[in-house]
Amino acid sequence: MASITTTHLVKEYPGGVRGVDDLSVQINDGEFFALLGPSGCGKTTLLRTIAGLEKATGGTISIGDREVTDLEPGRRHVAMVFQDYALFPHMSVEENIAYPLKIQRVSKLDRLAKAAEVAGALALGALLKRRPGQLSGGQQQRVALGRAVASNPEVFLFDEPLSNLDARLRLDARTFLKRLQQELGVTTVFVTHDQAEALALADRIAIMRSGQIQQIGTPREVFHRPANIFVASFIGSVPMNLVPARVEGERVLVEGSHVPLPESSAGLALDGQDVTWGARPEYLSLHLAAQPDAIPGTVTVLENLGAAVLISLEVGSQMLQVIVDEGCEPVPGTRVWVTIDPRRTLLFDAEGSRIDSGVAVAPLAEAVPAL
Amino acid sequence: MSPTTHARSDHAIGTLAVKSFLALTAKTLFIALVLAFFAIPVLWLVFAPFDKHPRLSVKLPEFTLDNFAALFSNPNALASLGNSVVLALGTMVLVLVFGSLASYSLSRVKIPGREILLYALLLLSSIITGTAAMVPTFLLMVKLQLIDSELGVILVMGAGIMPTVIFILKDFMDSTPKSYEESARIYGAKPLRILWDVVIPLARPGLATIAVWAIVQVWGNFLVPYILLRSPGKSPAAVVMYTFYTEGGQPNLALISAFSLVFSLPVVAMYFFVNRRYGFRFHGGIKS
Repeated sequence: MASITTTHLVKEYPGGVRGVDDLSVQINDGEFFALLGPSGCGKTTLLRTIAGLEKATGGTISIGDREVTDLEPGRRHVAMVFQDYALFPHMSVEENIAYPLKIQRVSKLDRLAKAAEVAGALALGALLKRRPGQLSGGQQQRVALGRAVASNPEVFLFDEPLSNLDARLRLDARTFLKRLQQELGVTTVFVTHDQAEALALADRIAIMRSGQIQQIGTPREVFHRPANIFVASFIGSVPMNLVPARVEGERVLVEGSHVPLPESSAGLALDGQDVTWGARPEYLSLHLAAQPDAIPGTVTVLENLGAAVLISLEVGSQMLQVIVDEGCEPVPGTRVWVTIDPRRTLLFDAEGSRIDSGVAVAPLAEAVPAL
Repeated sequence: MSPTTHARSDHAIGTLAVKSFLALTAKTLFIALVLAFFAIPVLWLVFAPFDKHPRLSVKLPEFTLDNFAALFSNPNALASLGNSVVLALGTMVLVLVFGSLASYSLSRVKIPGREILLYALLLLSSIITGTAAMVPTFLLMVKLQLIDSELGVILVMGAGIMPTVIFILKDFMDSTPKSYEESARIYGAKPLRILWDVVIPLARPGLATIAVWAIVQVWGNFLVPYILLRSPGKSPAAVVMYTFYTEGGQPNLALISAFSLVFSLPVVAMYFFVNRRYGFRFHGGIKS
């Protein structure tokens, strides 16, 4: 068990491209930490640099109280699960799981006993003699996990381990993974491009872009209080509504309608400042009659989400998206009014950063909605 | 439709049928000729050893096993097969060990001009075991005091076929996914360990192909052992066959044909074994 600390970590590729750009992160002992971002954002590079598969160009990495920046991967006490699982096709499940112990020169009897124990815990007990090619995707993924567990590491590094599974299986595997991590309590770094996966699994999430971290926070923080427009649009199964607006005193002018200033921006937004107004579709309320502080619009498209319906509204030259419960949706062409609690709205400045007093606003009791 | 058109189209169909028949006949004849060209030496190899009076033509044998009896009573014949086995296996082990190491390194370490280097080696490799370089090779072996030594032959043969070995094996090494090795590295395996535990087992079909190919190259090579080995007791089969003459100075076809058959059987057997076990492949690719 150990924390992971990087200070001013840089990984520069030949040609000057920086996969990781001056990153300082502290990952706590026993934490489930997700690295989230679009492809090419450097999240896998960061993971591989922590593993030692990539050599850091600058900065340091520590695991626990050991500095490991120049250590070989094998001496860092980490275990990694690859996207393609990297199971050895010529070895049985048993041999695969026991392989780290073979390297550690554990006797054959002991390592096979350990493999059987780990396999049993991962519901692989009946498959010990099979080859990876004879297993389903989910089973292969568990063998890869088993091999990582058997090596008894201080840190788990997961490189998109769920992305090769089909959607249904991925949900099961997600729950399984979270339970396993809770039981073992091993510090875990998890790379994913799927924001739902990160929100569901992680204790904290780092959202990355171009080798830099945009925001680090709990799933609730990054969902409710995204640091900038990039995070706001990346997190959430339906992206946040982001509409150009202007501050007018204690009000915000959004496409010709005035709405209250978001509480988090009170006192910071300057009169007349051009801003981006942000509101999550889940929190907007739809009305069929005019309301105070409402934005009027016209229903154009309905998309069924199962238990809810995603409604796209035409508001002036902009589009707003609203999620309503099934059965409450108006037909396209209907004139509607949209309101929102000012505690649920955000303002971003011209550079894209959230305008925020930093003072904690009245806590929002609701959990992150189902994604 | 008028009767004239009928007749004309019938005629056209007739011409077409004749044409296609002729084309088919020509094609069949051509294939038969090509087949015969290749089959006749094989037929000779099968029939002549069992013939009382073998000649350099294919005919049904007057059956006898005397040729084999004569062959096995020849003091050099069987011993030379043993020598061939030593040279072939020695070279095979040499190229497998060093070829694996070299191709793995070349597959993993990027050096500028790697591909050009490989192709250049491949093109130049035939020179080593070829006639043109025999004098310098001989002089080199004299300097190294490796004349009349099996090791000398093994080294020269190994050097000659090594570029091809590296070229083919590198393709197998290239096709081993990097994540396999990285996975082993994370758990503390060193490069040689990774090569042995992960890469070699996955490259087995390639190694088997190379092993057979290397054996065949040495088995059938005449020039290198002929020049580098001096004592008749060390000569391999390919060289000993050259000494089978009758008292009259004519090639002893009885011995030569019988020996040729015995000489070729191990190679054919080996081919079938490897082909069955791994399938002959000259390119990489993992079936997981």
